[in-house]
Amino acid sequence: MFPRPIEHTAPATQLLYKVALPIALILWLLPLLGVAMTSLKPSSDLAAGNYFGLPSQIAFSNYADVFNNSPIGKYILNSFKVTIPTVIGAVAIACLSGFALAVYRFRMNLLIFFLFVAGNFVPFQILMVPVRDLTVSTGLYNTITGLALFHIAFQSGFCTLFMRNFIKGLPFELIESARVEGVSEFRIFWYIVLPLMRSAIAALSVLVFTFIWNDYFWATVLTTSAETQPVTAGLYSLNGQWIAQWQLVSAGSIIAAMPPVLMFFLMQRHFIAGLTLGATKG
Amino acid sequence: MTGSATTAIAATQANTPGIWKRNQRAWAPWIFLAPGIAMFALYVIYPIIASMWLSFYDWDGLGTKTWLGLDNYVELFDDEAFYTSLYNNIIWLVLYMLAVPAGLFVALFLNQTVTGIRIYKSLFFFPFVISQVVVGLIFSWFYAPNFGLFYNMIEWLTGTGIAVLADDRYVTYGIIAAGLWPQIAYCMILYLTGLNNVAPDQIEAARLDGARGWKMLWHIILPQLRPATFIAVVVTVIGALRSFDLVSIMTDGGPYGSSRVLSFYMYEQALSEYGFRMGYGAAIAVVLFAIMMIFISGFIWKMVRDERGL
Repeated sequence: MFPRPIEHTAPATQLLYKVALPIALILWLLPLLGVAMTSLKPSSDLAAGNYFGLPSQIAFSNYADVFNNSPIGKYILNSFKVTIPTVIGAVAIACLSGFALAVYRFRMNLLIFFLFVAGNFVPFQILMVPVRDLTVSTGLYNTITGLALFHIAFQSGFCTLFMRNFIKGLPFELIESARVEGVSEFRIFWYIVLPLMRSAIAALSVLVFTFIWNDYFWATVLTTSAETQPVTAGLYSLNGQWIAQWQLVSAGSIIAAMPPVLMFFLMQRHFIAGLTLGATKG
Repeated sequence: MTGSATTAIAATQANTPGIWKRNQRAWAPWIFLAPGIAMFALYVIYPIIASMWLSFYDWDGLGTKTWLGLDNYVELFDDEAFYTSLYNNIIWLVLYMLAVPAGLFVALFLNQTVTGIRIYKSLFFFPFVISQVVVGLIFSWFYAPNFGLFYNMIEWLTGTGIAVLADDRYVTYGIIAAGLWPQIAYCMILYLTGLNNVAPDQIEAARLDGARGWKMLWHIILPQLRPATFIAVVVTVIGALRSFDLVSIMTDGGPYGSSRVLSFYMYEQALSEYGFRMGYGAAIAVVLFAIMMIFISGFIWKMVRDERGL
């Protein structure tokens, strides 16, 4: 292990490390802690100049205010409506194309694979105007469907890369022996490969959920009204209305951040496995 | 279990040779690829070509397109705001790369096995999970004049506070600092996983040879972390060139356009209240795309080499 395990060092060093850990963590999360604290302060605290101290009383009322006096509930719902179909769609497409690129040898294989990879890296702005036109002309502008369709298409690049590399790591003999027995290609996919992809599907779903939930650019380009906007775009417009009411801005931010944070803590192992696939071999 | 399933399936279709049966190995990949290719071609490949085409036109998004030839690009050459954005993009790119060594540093700090370390690791990773919109709001609060934590710390240290986001000398650096926060967390997690897979016997052997500290890190550990470093560099470069959310949330490009980056300037020209100059916006996007392509080709070139090597 590197660096040298702390248990093998002098007791003073060990103590120092154990003291340094929480201090480093607090410094690292200082901006976040400040916002969390602000979200629990009654507005009188802020008016009286109590910016850094503890709240004079815990004001959950800020959260109630945000829910009652702004469409944030609607925004959150919209975010789910965009995110969940995108996760399902992108992961399903990626299972299919990842399988095709991992299992079959054909001349265009690498070319198609690297088109998916490269497409995944392009700046969003080069897609913006034509994608917006396409969405307008199909009547899907400012709809949840229009936004989700684009996300599915774009995410299928990254997801295909992920799935293809995962399937490449599976034992190929399984497929070979099924072929020898005359099993059709579709059945091989459905009955042999797909059941082995469960952990990859879980990891990819958590990742895509977070990416899409946190998307802001496409939400502003493809949706315009509170009826359809997801919470990231919604928060931007609320921030404009809540000028200097930091207790509300903070509460709204915390609410918007909650779903991916919960997802992360519940599915941590899958999340990190997904994120770091490829960081260990290569 | 799989074995008996496959024999059962095989038995049901043993006696049906036909044109499909003979060709399925050649056709199957295209059937599996069809939905992915269709979606990707429609929403990614076609728009790239359409944007390039559009950059030669003058278009307000609704009326007729007027052919301009290279005029949009000629205009870019004299556009002060374009140079500001380009310059800021370079600052972003350079400073964002700090996330890679910083992430490695945090990973080395946390790569221990004391009790509770797993919770520390997840909490350090936390900023990456939150949306950039929220990160932007958090840092706006952090920098806010008069009551922001950062403002007060500076005031306490130097006597006068700095309104980072309202000062054209500091604004870009202030936004980059906000961007580095989640990016360092991302690089950290890549390195933590990498460190987990460093061969222990090599470390022991090097220790016996007297390698320690920096020497060990440089000669033994870093070479083994190369895959993690590659991915960290890729995601950091892409992240720096994609920076849009934080600029939009924290300053809207201000003050006086001094914190614009190319991605934001493009959006401003093509879609914001300042005008619907789609053609000009497309030209900016093409420049950004060209810059990105330099890096993308490099990454792909390395990946192709690895693929061939396998």
